[in-house]
Amino acid sequence: MLWAGLLVAAASCYGLKLAGLSLPQAWLQDPRIQRTVQLLPVALLAALIATQTFSTGHRLVLDVRAAALGVAAIAVLLRAPFLAVVAAGAATAALLRLL
Amino acid sequence: MFTGASQFALVGVIGAGGSVWAGAATAALLGTRNALYGVRLSSLLGGRGLKSALAAHFVLDESTAMAIARDSEPDSRYAFWATGVAVFTLWNLGTAIGALATHALSNPKVLGLDAAPPAAFLALLAPRLRAREPMAIALLAAVVAIVFLPFVPAGIPLLIVAAMVVVIGLSLPAPRGGQPVRAADPPVGSPTK
Repeated sequence: MLWAGLLVAAASCYGLKLAGLSLPQAWLQDPRIQRTVQLLPVALLAALIATQTFSTGHRLVLDVRAAALGVAAIAVLLRAPFLAVVAAGAATAALLRLL
Repeated sequence: MFTGASQFALVGVIGAGGSVWAGAATAALLGTRNALYGVRLSSLLGGRGLKSALAAHFVLDESTAMAIARDSEPDSRYAFWATGVAVFTLWNLGTAIGALATHALSNPKVLGLDAAPPAAFLALLAPRLRAREPMAIALLAAVVAIVFLPFVPAGIPLLIVAAMVVVIGLSLPAPRGGQPVRAADPPVGSPTK
């Protein structure tokens, strides 16, 4: 089951790339579709950040991960490189748990 | 599957106890932007059949950004393939090291590794927030996901958010002329992987 889902996910992700390259997709030029496709990753990434920071299972929680996200946000604002942002978030959570 | 945000999302949904199918759907939805990149790149790369099938694998935020930033077509093609192959090699090398290294870790929480994915998602999200509309959508999506989370199976809040965005995106009036949606342009120079 797990592997079947994984294969479907991989096939979909690759299929979307190939479709973009090989199909003459006039409908993709529609500005509303372009906007929707552009907004999807924005919304999904924001939802992933919110759920993975403020929940454990089905419970909403406020713990060191919120502080870690705050530090990561500061790193982003300071234009830190990708790995530095991730490391700043992880290090903040690790240090706060030591206290 | 070689598309960072989708990979993280799939693992995230399964890790949170969600079904693999909810994870797969989220991964595919995050991958829709690659189809737009492909539309933008297809005239540039030309090619059919095998070559096109190989090129598709390297359609990424990074390779698209590097390719469309060049002035001439040969430069663009070179930038696309060089970036694609470089990211592919290093990304999968890093993934393999990470997969092997987890066996050496007894409790990932001690290293704060549970806080790493949200930080990574934030770094992926930030370059996409340069206008008011995406900012509003991001805020709305975060709130909606949190509101639904206690009541539905893991992974489902993401699909609710996706459905919401599709409805909003398609029902709002078309973007005005003064604010063109450059959907095929990834945020150039952003640390997106």
